[in-house]
Amino acid sequence: MSLFPLSVRGAQTSRRGKVLVGPLDLDLRGAGVTIVMGPNGSGKTTLLRLLHGAARLTAGQITWACDEAQARREQAFVFQRPVMLRRSVLENLMYPLQLRGVAKPQARTQAEDWATRVGLDGMLGRHATHLSGGEQQKLALARAMITQPELLFLDEPTAALDGRATREIEAVLRAARASGMQLIMSTHDLGQARRLADEVIFLLHGAVQEHTPAREFFDAPKSIQARAFLRGDIVE
Amino acid sequence: MGDLWAGLSEAFRLLVTLDSDLVEITLRSLQVTLSALVIGSAIALPLAAFLAVRRFRWRRSVIAVLNALMGLPPVVVGLVVYILLSRSGPFGVLGLLFTPTAMIIAQVIIIVPLIASIAHQSLRDLWSEYHDLLISMNVTQGQKMRTLLWDARRALLTASLAGFGRAIGEVGAIMIVGGNIEHATRVLTTAIALETGKGDFALALGLGIVLIGLAITVNLAIHWLTKTEQEGRW
Repeated sequence: MSLFPLSVRGAQTSRRGKVLVGPLDLDLRGAGVTIVMGPNGSGKTTLLRLLHGAARLTAGQITWACDEAQARREQAFVFQRPVMLRRSVLENLMYPLQLRGVAKPQARTQAEDWATRVGLDGMLGRHATHLSGGEQQKLALARAMITQPELLFLDEPTAALDGRATREIEAVLRAARASGMQLIMSTHDLGQARRLADEVIFLLHGAVQEHTPAREFFDAPKSIQARAFLRGDIVE
Repeated sequence: MGDLWAGLSEAFRLLVTLDSDLVEITLRSLQVTLSALVIGSAIALPLAAFLAVRRFRWRRSVIAVLNALMGLPPVVVGLVVYILLSRSGPFGVLGLLFTPTAMIIAQVIIIVPLIASIAHQSLRDLWSEYHDLLISMNVTQGQKMRTLLWDARRALLTASLAGFGRAIGEVGAIMIVGGNIEHATRVLTTAIALETGKGDFALALGLGIVLIGLAITVNLAIHWLTKTEQEGRW
């Protein structure tokens, strides 16, 4: 059973009495690549964490098409700063499979396959923390995708990477998209958003300003703030 | 200075002649301490992992108490274990007083807080690093603990070795609960205390040198076996 449609109603998260995001109303139907955009502090990361269940909902509700346990199993998250297990590349890739009870030989085969897909096949025995930033992010991406989740959250995955690493990661994301995986990704990079987005959620002050197909957003943004953001103006 | 030389030559003699008493008490020292270390680590390491990943109401208090117990006076531990295991005590029926088992129990009580506190520091740091990833992977509490224990295993080895160091050199508690009985509960530390009391400083010093050598050898052996300092490993 698919995760989508995802329904968000009055969702809000607060910390020490301060509302970080919300109240939000969203309907996501699995458009392919959903890009979450907005200025710094607009709540992009919090929205992703909220949808993923990593941030606590203090009001409202988030409802998946399937039960919550299945929804959690069918998701993965890639962080802006990749978290590496203190293990080898191979062991990092095998970890999510072993959590799910996949036998070691099969886990190893799948890990080697994914390492090849992201260009880390020559580094299986190296310790993950010894990899470069780009290599670590590719490893984090492969580790998130190895269980073939239906939905992948990505929090500015290329923010700290150079052009080459960004291009390689975008290629992996396109392949994932082509294979049917749904992506919800935050980014600051307008060019990247144009290259990847099927739909855009534009956030400001923790609220959804626009949720439209990508072409519509980039060609004819409805809100003044979105127009200013696309022009490169400072949006407050 | 004369005592020191006499001690060195006595240690040399004991080692070269493989003195049967020395071998016996050395093996008993190792048996008691390594047993206490294995049992203590089996209790302390999962406890440290639990305290790192689990949030509960009295968590901070438990950690504070654990840290405070690192300085637990061995003599008091020995006294409490003695009372518990003595014939009139609640566990007197087990007949464990003045046996190596009683010595192991006392040492476990002494080293568990030490190992758990040191291990908790390492696991807490690792947990702060792994927190978001493991939460996002929806792992169970047991899986979190196992992951932390495995990935921090080399830091945890240091915690266990600190426990070994404390246990192998401990005398107060095991003297009380073991009784320093020849061919039964005499270990290196209690033998040193006995020989010092008798005024045989050379033998006491000789045994002390053997004890230091033993502690260093076990530490080096464990480091070598686990390749702690090998390049690219933790």
